[in-house]
Amino acid sequence: MSMLNLTYEVDGDDFTRAGEASSAVKKRLRSLGIPPEAIRKVAIALYEGEINMVIHANGGTIDVAVDPDKITMTLKDTGKGIADIKKAMQEGYSTAPDEVRNLGFGAGMGLPNMKKYSDHMEIDSTVGVGTTVYMEVYL
Amino acid sequence: MTVRDVIRILDAKVICGDESLFDVEVSDACGSDMMSDVLAFVKNQAVLLTGLVNVQVIRTADMMDMVCIVFVRGKMPDEDMIAVAKRKDMVLLATPHRMYTACGLLWQNGLKGEHKDA
Ligand SMILES: Nc1ncnc2c1ncn2[C@@H]1O[C@H](COP(=O)(O)OP(=O)(O)O)[C@@H](O)[C@H]1O
Ligand SMILES: [Mg+2]
Repeated sequence: MSMLNLTYEVDGDDFTRAGEASSAVKKRLRSLGIPPEAIRKVAIALYEGEINMVIHANGGTIDVAVDPDKITMTLKDTGKGIADIKKAMQEGYSTAPDEVRNLGFGAGMGLPNMKKYSDHMEIDSTVGVGTTVYMEVYL
Repeated sequence: MTVRDVIRILDAKVICGDESLFDVEVSDACGSDMMSDVLAFVKNQAVLLTGLVNVQVIRTADMMDMVCIVFVRGKMPDEDMIAVAKRKDMVLLATPHRMYTACGLLWQNGLKGEHKDA
């Protein structure tokens, strides 16, 4: 068991609420006295992941486990899945429609940012079934 | 430079933010309408200049620990955005200047972050 487990349901229909889970996690980690640098890495990686769940996958579930040596984030959705993960990981690659770009996202930088700010990241995805993203930030 | 200086230099209207936040020192800024671009470079930017107006602008600034958001060309956030910003102790400003001019004015007045020698 981890020191602390947090679970959030992410509403896939409400773009204005996207990021609420990440914001709540950030607040909890701060109250635990986790170093600010680590919190920022978790917050940004999680936020990009949460946005992706909303704009690409109709929402899902976020689990965050806090351990003495690391923070583990699991983002699970039952969306359309990612056909070519390698391609999706490239900076600038995006299938987001223009309306998402007008909202400030869809520049194809989300997955690269998640990779950049996490110390370890894995993506499991099956087209038509869904996507699970695991990320770890070491403390 | 402080938030107070930013307000003066940009002829900005204060949308929300406690006076006590005006003395916060800011050392770097970031201007963009694409939030992932803002999130891509952590270098202790304290000010976000943007022409984008939705709640994700506030969330992005929150994730980056930014203290001040400047909406360019007089754009105005709605009540919901202001409520979120207040909860996060952020200063929201509106400047009549365009993005290019607003960034230029701050740079010219010394807000250069890590690019001092450039
Ligand atoms: N949870 C997800 N479900 C389905 N597709 C996804 C998911 N996350 C990312 N993708 C795919 O990977 C692409 C790249 O993602 P990202 O780097 O975050 O860029 P962006 O979100 O700006 O399009 C997306 O455009 C989308 O096609
Ligand atoms: Mg994305």
